[in-house]
Amino acid sequence: MHMLVCGGTGCRASASDMLYENLSKEVQEQGLQEDVQVVTTGCFGFCEKGPIVKVIPDNTFYVSVEPGDAREIVAEHAVKGRRVERLLYVDPVNKEQIADSKGMGFYKKQIRIALRNCGLIDPENIDEYLAADGYEAMGKVLSELSPEEATQEMIDSGLRGRGGGGFPTGIKWQIASKVPADQKYVVCNADEGDPGAFMDRSILEGDPHSVLEAMVINGYCIGATKGLIYIRAEYPLAINRLKIAIKQAREYGLLGKDILGSGFDFDVEIRYGAGAFVCGEETALIHSMEGERGEPTFKPPFPAQSGYLGKPTNVNNVETFANVPVIYNKGAKWFASIGTEKSKGTKVFALAGKINNVGLIEVPMGITLREVIFEIGGGIKDGKKFRAVQTGGPSGGCLTEKHLDTPIDFDNLLAVGSMMGSGGMIVMDEDDCMVSVAKFYLDFTVEESCGKCSPCRVGNKRLYELLDKITKGQANKEDLDNLRNLSMVIRDTSLCGLGQTSPNPVLSTMDNFMEEYLSHVEDQRCPAGSCKELIRYEIIPENCVGCTACARNCPVNCISGERKQLHTIDQSLCIKCNACLEKCKFNAVAII
Amino acid sequence: MTSIKLKLKESDVQQLKKVAKSFNNEPGELINVLHKAQEIFGYLPAEVQEVVAQELNVSVAKVYGVVTFYSFFTMLPRGRYPISICTGTACYVRGAEKVLDEFKRLLKVPVGETTPDGKFSITCLRCVGACGLAPVVMVGDKTYGRVTTDGVKDILKEYEDVE
Repeated sequence: MHMLVCGGTGCRASASDMLYENLSKEVQEQGLQEDVQVVTTGCFGFCEKGPIVKVIPDNTFYVSVEPGDAREIVAEHAVKGRRVERLLYVDPVNKEQIADSKGMGFYKKQIRIALRNCGLIDPENIDEYLAADGYEAMGKVLSELSPEEATQEMIDSGLRGRGGGGFPTGIKWQIASKVPADQKYVVCNADEGDPGAFMDRSILEGDPHSVLEAMVINGYCIGATKGLIYIRAEYPLAINRLKIAIKQAREYGLLGKDILGSGFDFDVEIRYGAGAFVCGEETALIHSMEGERGEPTFKPPFPAQSGYLGKPTNVNNVETFANVPVIYNKGAKWFASIGTEKSKGTKVFALAGKINNVGLIEVPMGITLREVIFEIGGGIKDGKKFRAVQTGGPSGGCLTEKHLDTPIDFDNLLAVGSMMGSGGMIVMDEDDCMVSVAKFYLDFTVEESCGKCSPCRVGNKRLYELLDKITKGQANKEDLDNLRNLSMVIRDTSLCGLGQTSPNPVLSTMDNFMEEYLSHVEDQRCPAGSCKELIRYEIIPENCVGCTACARNCPVNCISGERKQLHTIDQSLCIKCNACLEKCKFNAVAII
Repeated sequence: MTSIKLKLKESDVQQLKKVAKSFNNEPGELINVLHKAQEIFGYLPAEVQEVVAQELNVSVAKVYGVVTFYSFFTMLPRGRYPISICTGTACYVRGAEKVLDEFKRLLKVPVGETTPDGKFSITCLRCVGACGLAPVVMVGDKTYGRVTTDGVKDILKEYEDVE
């Protein structure tokens, strides 16, 4: 029997490491070391109910497990063969207990290719990766295929870059392979800066060898012998697991000189980012690896022609690489059979926000937003109404009800004014003000703009100021026109992808939620009740019972009233902290 | 570049020189050297940057340019218990702003600064990737999930008697 304990960052934050220790200790105390193996794995994806423990072979899926539950799991499940019912997942809709993860709505529609090993193998043990067909693709490519044949297989698969741009991976490799040079580089972009997206981190934490294997294949195809992984310093666990993986792969002769006796040399080094969103852009990333400020430069020349240290460089993102070994193992044809006409395979999304099942999912291209949000995601939290879904992070847009049945792929998302991006998917409900959301993203862009070109540096700041004016009820209709015009200018004149896409959150919310902008401007009203300057808290006399809860919790003592008497709020002192509304049990505080 | 005002202890300078040497005094290793330096000193004051510049044979302006470009590097000392509030999108829509306001109100310092006793500092960070636990707050290496405005004072309380 195997007990798989999630060791991803999310579950670690909920003490899954202590849980692992307790389980191991219990197994020892019961003398079950021979029969029960406790294993730390990568992310299962179902972060909402972490920490997760999965028991195989019977596939029992325990959720929200605490370190103190270890004794019961071992005593009941391992010794007596009985499931611990209270730790099983309960379907939020029909209230049924589900023991086997395959029966959960969250997993039913998923196809896991990039995440195939996450939550299944111990990422710190190369033998487990090898047992899961690991390094088989590399062996096949190095011994049976020429670099041209291997590149052609990648082109035939139709895989497109998963970092955001969606450029065909095989074509990118082919371009780099044709540039003659004494030294070329393969770079893995693990600078995941998109707030709300954590797929690359999860892959590196859960299955680091798949990325290393793909980099070797990539090196063989383009004629590079050096690989660099550019990773955020904010991801200590992923860095640690990568280091272990590189060491193990070297010991097994899967990295280094003359790999598997093929005569091909390839080795990998880690480079650290230092927190700059723009470094996700490949030219900026390369400058950062060279020890410079991470400012992008104009393309062409493309990195494939002149990249790291002026040498031809192929940059792919973590998720793209994680797909590569499977394509060689199962064939380009198989991969191309999944997905839509122009977007093949699957995409990993980080589903978060006001949704029941927050987590990491991998779905075939062409699935609809409705399926993702309401079937996999289990619908909106607290039974509220769906408002919008934001895809593509700060470069993407907010999509609404009318887009729910759009099949998700690179081109469809672009057509409706958003983009795939790296795969963040944030769901918003009726309480979220779309103007504030646009302002939130602009705040991010202003902070992360590298400052090199003025449309992005100055323009985004002005966009932010306009949005700020709107959320404070100080804007007029002319400001709305300026907002749109300025957005277009920034989009058309910025140097790199960051500036070219930064107005997307503004434009898409203006397109889809214009009435909300108008309420702010014409009526000085925030329909979602979230813009502080445009709302006030009032006590509803017929509901107030005079329990004093609001007055006791008001941090500025602006609520007065005797026990069992109607309370009142002094508007001149109120800081709109929402404490009274949260504390009132009688629905007697309302936002007007 | 010859006359560095030595506020750093000689041993600190030696330590920095050793770090630079371990990267072959290569200008291209500037970011890696700064990572190590920040690990040692906790922050990167001007004096540290001057030594790094000298050792890698680049201008102080360049080092300063790099330090200020990347948000991971800081020129101000952090508190003994650095508080980082995640302001990624998932945390934002689940109320991170209110949590941040509460920390600012209770500690009476703005974002980016340290309390006068040097105990706490407040910074914002973008997404630690624990979106299932949003909103998330980190104090040092410890992660707190699903933090409410009420929960803020409980978090601070944990550090009340530790010293």
